[in-house]
Amino acid sequence: MAFLEVQDLQVYFPIKGGIFNRTVDHIKAVDGVSFEMEQGKTYGLVGESGSGKSTTGRAIIGLEDITSGKILFDGKDITDKKTKNKAFRKDVQMIFQDPYSSLNPRKRVLDIVAEPLRNFEKLSKQEERKRVQELLDIVNVSPDSIFKYPHEFSGGQRQRIGVARAIALKPKLIIADEPVSALDVSVQAQVLNFLKEIQSELNLTYLFISHDLGIVKHMCDNISIMYKGRYVEQGSTADIFENPQHIYTKRLIAAIPDIDPKNREKQFHNRQKVLEEYTQSYNDFFDQDGLAFQLKSISDTHRVALPQKG
Amino acid sequence: MSNELLKIKNLSTSFRIGDEYYAAVDDVTLTLNKNEVLGIVGESGSGKSALAFSIMRLHTRAKIEGEILLNNQNIVKMSTSKLNKIRGDEMAMIFQDPLTALNPLMPIGRQIEENLFLHNKKLGQQGRKKRTIELLNLVGIPRPERVYEQFPHELSGGMRQRIIIAIAIANDPELLIADEPTTALDVTIQAQILDLVRELKEKIHAGIILITHDLGVVAEMADRVAVMYAGQIVEIAPVDKLFANPLHPYTRSLLNSVPAEGQDRLHVIQGVVPTLKNLPRTGCRFAERIPWIDASHHEEHPELHEVESGHFVRCTCYEHFYFPDNKEEQANGVS
Ligand SMILES: Nc1ncnc2c1ncn2[C@@H]1O[C@H](COP(=O)(O)OP(=O)(O)OP(=O)(O)O)[C@@H](O)[C@H]1O
Ligand SMILES: Nc1ncnc2c1ncn2[C@@H]1O[C@H](COP(=O)(O)OP(=O)(O)OP(=O)(O)O)[C@@H](O)[C@H]1O
Ligand code: SF4
Ligand SMILES: [Mg+2]
Ligand SMILES: [Mg+2]
Repeated sequence: MAFLEVQDLQVYFPIKGGIFNRTVDHIKAVDGVSFEMEQGKTYGLVGESGSGKSTTGRAIIGLEDITSGKILFDGKDITDKKTKNKAFRKDVQMIFQDPYSSLNPRKRVLDIVAEPLRNFEKLSKQEERKRVQELLDIVNVSPDSIFKYPHEFSGGQRQRIGVARAIALKPKLIIADEPVSALDVSVQAQVLNFLKEIQSELNLTYLFISHDLGIVKHMCDNISIMYKGRYVEQGSTADIFENPQHIYTKRLIAAIPDIDPKNREKQFHNRQKVLEEYTQSYNDFFDQDGLAFQLKSISDTHRVALPQKG
Repeated sequence: MSNELLKIKNLSTSFRIGDEYYAAVDDVTLTLNKNEVLGIVGESGSGKSALAFSIMRLHTRAKIEGEILLNNQNIVKMSTSKLNKIRGDEMAMIFQDPLTALNPLMPIGRQIEENLFLHNKKLGQQGRKKRTIELLNLVGIPRPERVYEQFPHELSGGMRQRIIIAIAIANDPELLIADEPTTALDVTIQAQILDLVRELKEKIHAGIILITHDLGVVAEMADRVAVMYAGQIVEIAPVDKLFANPLHPYTRSLLNSVPAEGQDRLHVIQGVVPTLKNLPRTGCRFAERIPWIDASHHEEHPELHEVESGHFVRCTCYEHFYFPDNKEEQANGVS
């Protein structure tokens, strides 16, 4: 039994319009996504901006109503309201993309980090304060800042406070939505090292949403590529980086900025080449609505939304 | 005519904490030429956004000292009416934080049009809408007619960021400050946005300040790079020199932290990022993060020294710097 299994997940947002403000159409933010996760592994989710990555993550944790599909956690269907229990809410935590709006500006750091503790554990004031300070120490925010407010921190500092909150309850699954994109590289390195460390200690599973393919490569065992609400490719990290099959995946990989300024020209030409291939074979890889086809297995680990033949 | 677009002289931006002011930007001197991209990298909290906000004069409660000359007009001393005229027109900014920069209650289209109208009253309603849709297309927003009617909370993080970018480039600014413009974007759209920035440079010879944590973006975009630590510039150099020959211990540590092939643990700079109040103000600010370096190697008052043409480094400690585990620095494409 998979630790987490998502079956044909759809999340549609209504578009209202007309004089009665009725639903006139839908945005198919997530349009039939299926995957499985094993405990203790890291799953990367990358893809187009607006392709439904955050919505997928938010649906799993219950922040978004799902239109159809199933999400099984430890074999239990968590989309079923009756089993939507407290344990699950403790076991799955989220680190948000935006360190600015994800922290309540009117709350002190102490209250922000202690919030999950207060919901699930009964600690004395002293114990709570000690735990919060330990957590802040782990994410390298000076523990004497517990009485400060979010606006007193830089973007990076705020994101680490968000991480401290997410790990407070020692969850099993963390949905990390761009957890380090607001951080400078050294702090990034520190948070990533740290996420790996607690992963082995707590046997944590990550759904790791990121645009930084260098980081995804470093962190993930398995990677899925999303485009307009659907998966276009799924495979081991080596499958995706060394043997990308879908033209969108190829384009993404070609677009990764190169850290050596001497390669500017080379990069530019490579990108042009891949873009040409993309334009030429676009109609093979996408249907009339510009959507990807069903995934097909091409090896034990590798699945691709290949052109529909015939 | 000089080629200088922006000249910053001894700028300090201080925030009040308790009864005292603490400088988040501490005596920064910098020039930006027309047709130049200056990359700014630096530790989180090192004052990059504070510097950007100072140039745009967006701080409401900070103390600003020094001069910021945009086309020889001092922004620090400028009247509010003059400021309102040039902001969003002559100079514009892409904000790090798209949600607070957008009005949550106003449809996207109107927010862009408002900015167009502010600086070009001649453009009629039709013209404004046309230009708005065009801008949305330019920043790669799919189905712009629909997004025109939508509200910020209905857009993904990356879409919001692109709205901010559309607003910033709407009036072809001569100075564009981009604070983490592409962090929320996938790399293909990032490439598209960076192309737009390049176009702005080519079209009107704009000067661009590009603040980012992504060293790959800097390597691909910048002509020169400034590295900030604790409110100061610790190294500034043409991009190829900075990547080929990084000198300051902080710069080297930074480049060393980027994930490289086959690496399990990433390099992390020791110690805690000092809070504004606890920033060391005398002597070397980075010294406490590299405690294994003998104290005698630090300059008492570290100054920027020119080590090769256009390449400045604060202090001379770099001559003695090494990483404690004595391992080779990660290659990271840096030769
Ligand atoms: N509350 C909402 N109402 C209407 N549409 C929404 C809502 N939330 C998201 N959407 C739409 O759903 C789609 C997917 O959004 P989502 O935030 O999941 O994208 P994403 O892949 O996380 O993008 P990014 O990389 O930019 O963060 C987008 O088209 C977005 O506009
Ligand atoms: N309004 C403010 N009041 C008090 N302190 C502030 C304020 N704004 C910023 N600071 C402090 O000033 C310092 C510089 O912050 P700034 O936002 O410029 O950092 P940054 O280099 O942009 O960091 P990041 O890379 O995380 O965005 C930080 O220590 C921050 O906590
Ligand atoms: S020697 Fe200089 S730059 Fe180096 S750490 Fe010391 S003061 Fe700083
Ligand atoms: Mg998202
Ligand atoms: Mg900033």
